Amino acid sequence: MERVPCTDLAPVDAILARYPREEPSLIQVLQDVQRAYNYLPCEALERVAGELGVPLAKVFSVATFYKAFSLNPQGRTIIKVCTGTACHIRGASQLIEEVQRRLDIGPGETTGDMAFSLQTVNCVGACAMAPVVIVGEKYVGAAKATTLATYLDRGE
Amino acid sequence: MRIESHQQFDAAVEAARAAKLSKGREVWVCCGTGCLANGSRAVAKAFDERIEAEGLQASLGLYHKTTGCHGFCERGPLVVIQPEGLLYTKVKVTDVPEILEKTVRNGEAIPRLQYKDPVTKQAVAKYEDIPFYKHQIRVSMRNIGRVDPEDLDDALAHGAYSGLAKALFAMTPDQVIAEIEASGLRGRGGAGFATARKWKACRKAKGERKFVLCNGDEGDPGAFKDRSIMEGDPHSVIEGMIIGAYAIGAHEGYLYVRDEYPLAVVNLGKAIEAARLRGLLGANILGSGFDFDLRISRGGGAFVCGESSALMRSIEGRTGEPRAKYVHASDKGLFDLPTNLNNVETWSDVGAIIANGGAWFAGWGTPKSKGTKAFSLVGKVKNTGLIELPMGTTLRHIIEDIGGGILKDRPFKAVQTGGPSGGCLPADQLDLPVDYEVLSENGSMMGSGGMIVMDDRTCMVDVARYFLKFLCEESCGKCVPCREGLKQMLHIFEDLCAGRGRPGDIERIERLCHAMQLGSLCELGKSAPNPVLSTLRYFRHEYEAHIQDRACPAGMCRDLTAYEIVEEPCTGCHQCTRVCPTDAISGKPKQKHVIDPAKCISCGSCFDVCPEDCIRFFPKNGSKEAANAHADH
Repeated sequence: MERVPCTDLAPVDAILARYPREEPSLIQVLQDVQRAYNYLPCEALERVAGELGVPLAKVFSVATFYKAFSLNPQGRTIIKVCTGTACHIRGASQLIEEVQRRLDIGPGETTGDMAFSLQTVNCVGACAMAPVVIVGEKYVGAAKATTLATYLDRGE
Repeated sequence: MRIESHQQFDAAVEAARAAKLSKGREVWVCCGTGCLANGSRAVAKAFDERIEAEGLQASLGLYHKTTGCHGFCERGPLVVIQPEGLLYTKVKVTDVPEILEKTVRNGEAIPRLQYKDPVTKQAVAKYEDIPFYKHQIRVSMRNIGRVDPEDLDDALAHGAYSGLAKALFAMTPDQVIAEIEASGLRGRGGAGFATARKWKACRKAKGERKFVLCNGDEGDPGAFKDRSIMEGDPHSVIEGMIIGAYAIGAHEGYLYVRDEYPLAVVNLGKAIEAARLRGLLGANILGSGFDFDLRISRGGGAFVCGESSALMRSIEGRTGEPRAKYVHASDKGLFDLPTNLNNVETWSDVGAIIANGGAWFAGWGTPKSKGTKAFSLVGKVKNTGLIELPMGTTLRHIIEDIGGGILKDRPFKAVQTGGPSGGCLPADQLDLPVDYEVLSENGSMMGSGGMIVMDDRTCMVDVARYFLKFLCEESCGKCVPCREGLKQMLHIFEDLCAGRGRPGDIERIERLCHAMQLGSLCELGKSAPNPVLSTLRYFRHEYEAHIQDRACPAGMCRDLTAYEIVEEPCTGCHQCTRVCPTDAISGKPKQKHVIDPAKCISCGSCFDVCPEDCIRFFPKNGSKEAANAHADH
């Protein structure tokens, strides 16, 4: 019997329509799906696997291999703390701790109200402004633990 | 309009030069990632609106454009006023009317916005007089900060695609390769393989369908020159790739760009579209009969995809796992077809080399490393940003003259180059000339040009631990030596940093390093021990202090370090209380403050801000407990 998906898959179909139906499109399609839903819903992965003719196991292996993808829903605002070398030696770990203290979530976790997710990124390439935190789309350079709170309160 | 012949190309360049270069006055606003973060888009918009509203284009002949990253991100948003080349830093929207009125209209400088040399404390008016820029020679970054990355005509006016026209109309593919050979160009992604040899192998490979690829997966932490090139001058990369494709006989190409560089994807996409419309990409390029087209492939955020075979698997839509090196990409690369992969900076050099000749490029550098090289100079130096210099420049010149020395004039400890495949070089190596061989011989690597400067407050054991953690997360897990070797080594390092080091740890680390060098499948695994081995080579005493004395000489390992405020000369200025994240410091204004050891997490924030240097760190005694706990399990 056909399972009725509980996720609206129309965005997935719209994304798939933009790419050739072949394996090389997989990562590009998953990027767009991730952007559309803020994560990769299981049903979306099944749809992608079927349409691209790639085994579901392979889709999962790609979805779990790359850091850009998440199988869990992410918070409305994603806080990315850069942990590149320049940020590390200028105190990135203090920033992670500050977010942890304020929001009570560790790297890779999301607050219960789905407002924030905390991620660490291995270098965003903005090293001259180290340490860097990206709150949503906003890059915060020369970030300090004590001033981080203003960005966290504001959110998106 | 499509350009369909050599003559039409020359005419298009002439027209672009007339339209873009003959301006009287120009305002350039940097819109690279760094300046954007500091609000440069709003500044650019404010200029736009004012110029429009006051009709300054007509009255003053004033033009305004946004450019890519100048590499001086720390001081952004940057504004340059041409033709004088005046530089203003940290410009705010509210400064815009004043700049237009005083500087543009009346030719007066605004001292408040000028750059102040951190060494001489003097204001420097002009862009080219700033020590950070003065010493640079820019080839791969030749047009960054000078052209509007979204304007193909502006790029044409600044010489873009002139190398391509020369290659297509005046050179055979073999001549192109010979010119690259004469330039001595070697891979700018790190390994330094001769570019011409790579191209020759791919040209000779059998098969009709071949690929050229651009490695824009700049994953080395601390390096960002490729981002800046892709964002700020995408046409230089595209031009290089077309020339390479022509030399090799390829008609398809991919630009593989890191997921973390969204602006690079946008700017490259626009540049490709613009180039296609003008007949610089696609079928019958410039009417030469040569076909080549280019697509962008966005990475998924995996460091290992910077490795060539892993990158190709990723473009194929698969997990980025490297394969053994006996399979050459020039024979079986992307989709098992002959493939040539070069780094962003390498591609960007190609157009300039063809336009100016191989001998021109080879005029810089050392006997084995020719030309110029881009670096990102970051960490604890006064001036941070992107630089490009002739190969063979000494580390001392880079750090002291260009970087302006160490932040807060603290003692220099080491400079890390080559990312997780490189190493740390100590103070007595500062006079080494930077080239591929010299860096390798001394236990580091060129890598993708990250130079992270470290002061006496950086713990070298912690730096090695940092890279191991990075590599542990990023190892693809395909081969055992890399996957398990890193994990076991990280365990040992976490113990070292927490005061649980044991005699014999250094020897255990060395054995693991050796096994990984011998047994790992790809270069990332083979080179992964480098940060550990180089810090052991030059800073063994720090390892011994962690093990024998349970002490971190740099005061960075928190479990080993405690802080206190000394009586004199604490003035009770409150700066430390403001930055303390755990409210561990107390004291009345203008009286000596005290740190509560129960609350202190030894983060060192107070130490960094204290203007009187009255905060001291010392080895924490509590580590004995930790040592005992370790012995129990």
